[in-house]
Amino acid sequence: MLHARGRRRHAKPVSIARLSTAILEVKDLVKRYPATLAVDGVSFHVPEGMCFGLLGPNGAGKTTTIEIMEGILPASSGEVRYRGEPLGARFREEAGILFQKTALQDFLTVRQSIALFRGLYASGLSVDEVLRLCALEKLAGRDSRKLSGGQQQRLLLAIALVNDPRVLFLDEPTTGLDPQARRNFWDLVQSIKSRNKTIILTTHYMEEAELLCDEVAIMDRGRIVTQGAPQQLLRQHFAEVLLELPRQDFPSSARELPLNLLEASDRIEISTRDLEGTLRALLGAHVPLHNLRIRPANLEDLFLELTGKELRP
Amino acid sequence: MIRRLLSVLHARNLEFVRDRATLAFTLVLPVMLVIGMSFVFGGPPRPLFKVGVLAPQIDPASQPFLREKYVEFVATPQLEAALRRLSHQQLDLLVDLKPPVRYWVNTDSPKGYIAEKLLRADVPEAQRQPVTGQAVRYVDWLFPGILGMNLMFSCLFGVGYVVLRYRKSGFLKRLHATPLKAFEFLGAQVLSRLLIILTVTTILYVGIGTIIGFHSAGSVPLLFLLTVAGSLSMIALGLTIAARFSSEELVGGVLNFLTWPMMLLSGIWFSLEDSPRWVQWVAHVFPLTHLLDGARAIMIDGAGFAQVVPNLVYLLATALFFLAFGAWSFRWRID
Repeated sequence: MLHARGRRRHAKPVSIARLSTAILEVKDLVKRYPATLAVDGVSFHVPEGMCFGLLGPNGAGKTTTIEIMEGILPASSGEVRYRGEPLGARFREEAGILFQKTALQDFLTVRQSIALFRGLYASGLSVDEVLRLCALEKLAGRDSRKLSGGQQQRLLLAIALVNDPRVLFLDEPTTGLDPQARRNFWDLVQSIKSRNKTIILTTHYMEEAELLCDEVAIMDRGRIVTQGAPQQLLRQHFAEVLLELPRQDFPSSARELPLNLLEASDRIEISTRDLEGTLRALLGAHVPLHNLRIRPANLEDLFLELTGKELRP
Repeated sequence: MIRRLLSVLHARNLEFVRDRATLAFTLVLPVMLVIGMSFVFGGPPRPLFKVGVLAPQIDPASQPFLREKYVEFVATPQLEAALRRLSHQQLDLLVDLKPPVRYWVNTDSPKGYIAEKLLRADVPEAQRQPVTGQAVRYVDWLFPGILGMNLMFSCLFGVGYVVLRYRKSGFLKRLHATPLKAFEFLGAQVLSRLLIILTVTTILYVGIGTIIGFHSAGSVPLLFLLTVAGSLSMIALGLTIAARFSSEELVGGVLNFLTWPMMLLSGIWFSLEDSPRWVQWVAHVFPLTHLLDGARAIMIDGAGFAQVVPNLVYLLATALFFLAFGAWSFRWRID
């Protein structure tokens, strides 16, 4: 249910049968601007029913990629196919889109804004169904400009759902939301996912990607640097645990130690399979350990490992 | 297609009606015009008659007729120009007081008839030279111009800036992600603005017409048809300008570039009959000129459908052209 506030679980692997058909195929996509190569030969396919995440920092090319997939931006070369065909009228009828930034028509209520978009599709859900699905019944009569950030995103999601889409694009849907609104939005997306919708999600929130996505592609400088199920990628790249220390607690003399160091802006991370040996080495180098944190690797660490950059908004 | 068009049309109408400031301005403007016209053309009694005198200057001492009360004497040295004014009832009588005294009177003009009696009482030997023409007050001639000017501003600015705002806010980009097509969106904008324009123009026509005592000599339904065609043409022109630009300054500049020549050359305030041929040629490129020519022909001369067909055809053809060009060049998003 949408309103469930129960314990969250990471995305379940979807069944092989559901994933047998690619609903979207992206082949050798390139987007070139006069001074920038925004997307540099990206290829992947998205099976039906999957939540597919495009991850990366700002400027990685994920929004450009998703807007080409949505048919909003033309590609310089390459192609996107929906259910085996180039994007066309069928795609427009069957796709739901939530842009990173969208303004709605002024002076319309929540219900009227939804009704406007419902009128643009041949088939879909009723306005009342969409209001209920996105928990907007009590806000139906309110001017859409007077909604909070979280309510606004729920309305935009409701508009993306009016045609009961087979594929739903969510471009950084929770950027700028407070933690509670973000978690409420995740509940909504999980509920939509349970209706066997294909979801394409871009985000730079790793928790969001791990929670919602069945498969992720990490982008950097317009290219996909790795792709796979989040837990599978982590197992592939990290057999170790990570030790985190504030940068100021890590003396320069300790850099001589035979450790696998990853440097972030405010901290030093040490990747190791021999936790006890590493701790002994740090104590031997007189490194203060009172701020030490030990944790398993996550997607952010994976990005850091793959690109040498931090994954930050 | 109709369903999508109606959805956008309904939403746009709601937006317009609920934008109280704009709605109030749109309704207040015609009321202000009505009040302004009542001040300009109401007020204290004016001279009953206007008589042109074929002379460079007027000396009241030279002739008893020139001392008559409630008659305004105007020096009109050029006979040809004076006769044109007489035929358009901008003069009630024209006299040449050099012996032998001659005068010209428009036999269709009631005021000309009285003015002639006054002259004959003072100068019995004056020789009559008849001129025909229909009585037209300046206010009757100006009235279609005022309606047309209001229509032009509402069409061009009302549509152009709305589309520009939609594009800048990203609303157009969101619509582009739906099955809505450019011509459906533009069609909805045209119909929405047309409803507003026709409502406001009707208020103006009835309001000002009542104040100044104007009655159309021709068919009101034909006048309505011409107004629809003129509105369509200018709304489509506004949409064409807003079809791809994203800068308010640029769109504002282009709209001003179009509206000012139309204000001056389309015959809102004065007739361009005496202007050079090239000016008339330029003026007839503007849709407003065709709207005003047609409207004056119907309202003043009582012209029928056949006489305004060229104006109707030009207005509808330009409407289609602008709409097609607008749809072709339309941009949903900022490049």
